[in-house]
Amino acid sequence: MTELTELTIAQASAGLKKKEFTAVELTEAYIANMDKHRNLNAYVCETPDKAIAQAKISQEKINSGQGGDLEGIPLGIKDLFCTKGIATTACSNILKGFVPPYESTVTANLLQAGANFLGKLNLDEFAMGGSNETSAFGPVINPWSKDVPLVAGGSSGGSAAAVAAKMCAAATGTDTGGSIRQPAAFCGVTGIKPTYGRCSRYGIIAFASSLDQAGPIAKDVTDCAIMLKAMAGFDNKDSTSSQQPVPDFCKVLGADVRGMRIGIPKEYRVDGLNPEIASYWDKAAAMLKDKGAEIVEISLPHTKYALAVYYIIAPAEASSNLARYDGLRYGNRVDGEHLDDMYTNSRTAGFGKEVKRRIMIGTYVLSAGYYDAYYLKAQKVRRLIRDDFIKAFEKCDIILTPTAPSAAFAIGDESMQKDPITMWLNDIFTVSISLAGLPAMSLPIGLNHDGLPLGMQIIGKSFDEENVFKAGYCLEQQAGFKRK
Amino acid sequence: MSIDANTVKKIAFLSHLKIEDDKVAATQEEFNKILQWVDQLKEVDTDNVEPLVSVNNEHLRLRQDEVTEGNQAEAVLANAPVKEYGYFVVPKVVE
Repeated sequence: MTELTELTIAQASAGLKKKEFTAVELTEAYIANMDKHRNLNAYVCETPDKAIAQAKISQEKINSGQGGDLEGIPLGIKDLFCTKGIATTACSNILKGFVPPYESTVTANLLQAGANFLGKLNLDEFAMGGSNETSAFGPVINPWSKDVPLVAGGSSGGSAAAVAAKMCAAATGTDTGGSIRQPAAFCGVTGIKPTYGRCSRYGIIAFASSLDQAGPIAKDVTDCAIMLKAMAGFDNKDSTSSQQPVPDFCKVLGADVRGMRIGIPKEYRVDGLNPEIASYWDKAAAMLKDKGAEIVEISLPHTKYALAVYYIIAPAEASSNLARYDGLRYGNRVDGEHLDDMYTNSRTAGFGKEVKRRIMIGTYVLSAGYYDAYYLKAQKVRRLIRDDFIKAFEKCDIILTPTAPSAAFAIGDESMQKDPITMWLNDIFTVSISLAGLPAMSLPIGLNHDGLPLGMQIIGKSFDEENVFKAGYCLEQQAGFKRK
Repeated sequence: MSIDANTVKKIAFLSHLKIEDDKVAATQEEFNKILQWVDQLKEVDTDNVEPLVSVNNEHLRLRQDEVTEGNQAEAVLANAPVKEYGYFVVPKVVE
């Protein structure tokens, strides 16, 4: 029999229904892999006993012919989602010991669908980073590493690594500027950031509220479709949550892509684009063309400004959101002589370097005298970036680009550490989509000369995840990527 | 635009973060590099462009002004580093 941890969610659900194995056996198999791969540092908190207890309940439901779409499926949860009674830290020292008295809507939806949670997954502190190296728990090691330990990407590095190393059937992630897509690409797994508003942000620790969006990281496109359907939906507790009905994304998988128009943005063919990535990009377009899709060149003229816009807007929102960490109501407190000293001492001790850097940038661009020059200007250019996409989508149905400018790099890479902007450039192909609020998937397309996975990104129109899934499934079938 | 050492200290103060004196120069240099980089936005013509505040096209809903989950004092205080008599405890603020 195949190892249970090799099974996708779709396969495992079928096996559970046919009584080929039990939900407890499935969960135990993943727990064994968590033990085996603890060196990867993917989990920051493990909850095997809770997972087994949940699996037992699931098995009873399965036995009586009941159960949700994820009944008995063991998941990993990014430690940015509040989970009732389970420590939630955002991988920051300032939240060490915080145990939420409530459940995030997305995790509540997953529990409702029958999933069990194996534990909480590592991430960059407050999701601020592209390599998982800013985590207070240390970096995640990419399961594809050979001689040197490589980064898993970020910020959802723990999620991507845990899925790749089969330490969970699938995981939740969040994406503010590329935090689902880039780690999925680095770890050779599939992830989708849905349209802004698809998944409720209630109970997800806030980074940049106009950009933050939850989504799944999973073994393949089908599992992403199953997961996203369970996670998404209108929620009264999030004022930006959309009332658009959530379609059954699985229904479009395998649908014909003939006549589908695939946009290739010329601005993404940047100078010095890694030739292997460029070649896979051409191949991916050719694969879709072979299946009857039509390739269209499009233009997104404001692309080159997206990173600068993002690194004004995201820190500005972060500085505001993170003002709540005062050492008073929850989290780490460092005493001081006066109230103000206590605030400052708690924040100085609790936040890491990258988080402090972004809080200060955000504070500056929002401060009197600079608001118009930076923040307002960035919001205006953000509109131009979004309008580029609206115009481009008059000519095409989806857009195909690479996910990241490179494969996974080494932990502690000197050029990345020396200059924050070099690290930020990792988001070059992903941020503009976040600024426009559009859905985008990353799926593995092949390996580079070092045997490391590379990802392709499929971008859709607002609330048109279905075409993203349709094209993604077709590309997955054509590419035949072999999972780790 | 570039900023001086005093501005760095002022931003740290506004952010409620302590910055050691020997770190000010390095932070100033890093900040100026970042600001120089984002200054590329100046070349974009944004006359007559409305700032985009949210990508959400749906109107924000109004809800009834009513208590939905009241009487949760215990849960609210559960994570307080210091609490007494059902209150958060803060350092003395009045001399």
